[in-house]
Amino acid sequence: MNEETLIPKLGVVTDIRIDTPDVKTFRVVGLDGKKVFEHIPGQCAMLSIPGVGEAMFSITSSPTNREFMEFSIKKCGCLTDWLHAMDVGQQITIRGPYGNGFPVETDLKGKDLLFIAGGIGLAPLRSVINYVRDNRANYGSIQIIYGSRSKEDLVDYQEILQEWMTDEGVEVNLTIDREQEGWDGHVGFVPNFVKELNPDLKKTVLMCGPPIMIKFTLAGLKELGFSETQVYTTMELRMKCGVGKCGRCNIGSKYVCKDGPVFRFDQLDELPNEY
Amino acid sequence: MKKLPLSQMPALYAAMAQGGALYLPVDNAAGDAQFTRWQEGMELSRALNTVRSAKDFFFPQTENLVSFRMQGKTIEIIDPRTEGEDFVLFGVRACDARSFTILDKVFLADPVDSYYKSRREHGTVVTLACTRPEETCFCQSFGIDPADPEGDAACWLTEDALYITARTAKGEALLARLDGLLEDADPAPVEAQKAQTAAILAKLPLAQFTTRSFGGDVLMKAFDSPKWASLSEACLGCGTCTFVCPTCQCYDIRDFDTGHGIQRYRCWDSCMYSDFTKMAHGNPRTSQLERFRQRFMHKLVYFPANNDGEYGCVGCGRCLAKCPISMNIVKVAKALEGDVHE
Repeated sequence: MNEETLIPKLGVVTDIRIDTPDVKTFRVVGLDGKKVFEHIPGQCAMLSIPGVGEAMFSITSSPTNREFMEFSIKKCGCLTDWLHAMDVGQQITIRGPYGNGFPVETDLKGKDLLFIAGGIGLAPLRSVINYVRDNRANYGSIQIIYGSRSKEDLVDYQEILQEWMTDEGVEVNLTIDREQEGWDGHVGFVPNFVKELNPDLKKTVLMCGPPIMIKFTLAGLKELGFSETQVYTTMELRMKCGVGKCGRCNIGSKYVCKDGPVFRFDQLDELPNEY
Repeated sequence: MKKLPLSQMPALYAAMAQGGALYLPVDNAAGDAQFTRWQEGMELSRALNTVRSAKDFFFPQTENLVSFRMQGKTIEIIDPRTEGEDFVLFGVRACDARSFTILDKVFLADPVDSYYKSRREHGTVVTLACTRPEETCFCQSFGIDPADPEGDAACWLTEDALYITARTAKGEALLARLDGLLEDADPAPVEAQKAQTAAILAKLPLAQFTTRSFGGDVLMKAFDSPKWASLSEACLGCGTCTFVCPTCQCYDIRDFDTGHGIQRYRCWDSCMYSDFTKMAHGNPRTSQLERFRQRFMHKLVYFPANNDGEYGCVGCGRCLAKCPISMNIVKVAKALEGDVHE
């Protein structure tokens, strides 16, 4: 790896898409118009506006996208407020990729995949979903269960409607928390929806969402008969260096930035519950 | 083995400082021993150890990583580093010398931290054997012999002479530079001093202290111990232990607007602080118990798990001397010993 890992590269924001009232998706390329680096689905990058802050974000675009990287970012702090306020053409700094990513070329190959996401938790999974769709022959069936507070809070809604739902062999199940005018889909929380849908036990699960959703969904999956070895998730902790040295994301003998952020639940069982 | 008479020490310091800098423990106005850049007339402190550890020289308390200039929507990235200065670190004790190899395991592991690596390359470590280990000392618990320290070169002070021997190529190069001052020596006085120190070591109150029970598969047992509550109860979260610790290496990265550009700097941080893990969506360690536990679990269990059983402690005793509530790694390890062995 590059020895100057703490010195970032420059990127430029070429497109900003408003996904939800508090999520925007930013398209980023290098100053030469090309991707700044290649990544594995599930890996992350450190983005920063000097003087404002630097933070870790999952790369939401698939590596099969050869032209640019995308980051879906929720507005929830100093840096993300700034990012939400900026315009196209703004330069940012970027370094990475960091973390292990999902095992798309090993353990997930040939498997029937079930993606479960809540809210902004779709961001890291979108990278895998589109990677798998672009390498369709290497994977079995694809099912996506995605829930948000309301219809307006569904991230990537247009892509879901126009690309995922029209894809043959991709089953998409959407839900929102409460009844809403103009929504004739499912209403209810993700954990219950998963139980209602009663997915096939052969499936490998990739899950990301708020901690409370993860907790109850995992319990529900176990009730259905899923084993923890079948369920992957991706974690979020405070990070500064991204390379396992600054100590912030240390849980047990693991560093989430380099040993994670992707873990199977049986692996998490061996770690202190400090996340 | 070489030696020089004590009357020649100023000449030795001057020769070591040639072509770079020499740092050695010197008593400041308050009577505290601190590593200080040598100038003519300065004398080596008689204290056993410096108040702050020697890690500052390779992992300084604060350093600029990168600078930025912002204009409109554009950013300019500037590497602020200039070529570092060669330096000799003289009078390092065996505990601090071992701490460098522990820090190496963090900063020189892939991907290498080039800031740290450059300082390591520029520095030559000259250790000094201890003759009067104190009751807070427990370096021997980690297989460190304070009478026979590691380093690029090692020294022994006797009543009339300084004995010196090289241990690495860097040490050889240093001794070659000092050659005019040194004469061949019979190592007998050094061996006699080692035997004397060994006798003192055997009688130290912590001579039998060991962390061996934390080797092996004890992670969850240690983590789940009910003793953390009482051990951490009085902890103020002041971070003093972290700052005087030669092996603590957690750091923060922050930006500072100088008014004519942005400096992104790295500075020491402490897992004992409440905002260490705080992020937008919450904080996984909200209590001092959890933060206190993290620090000791890291030293006694997590670090050894990743580093062939090497603990994140060198037994220098600084935290024993400095903690305002008299809590320390020895008390913690002793309290947990029963729980990890159940």
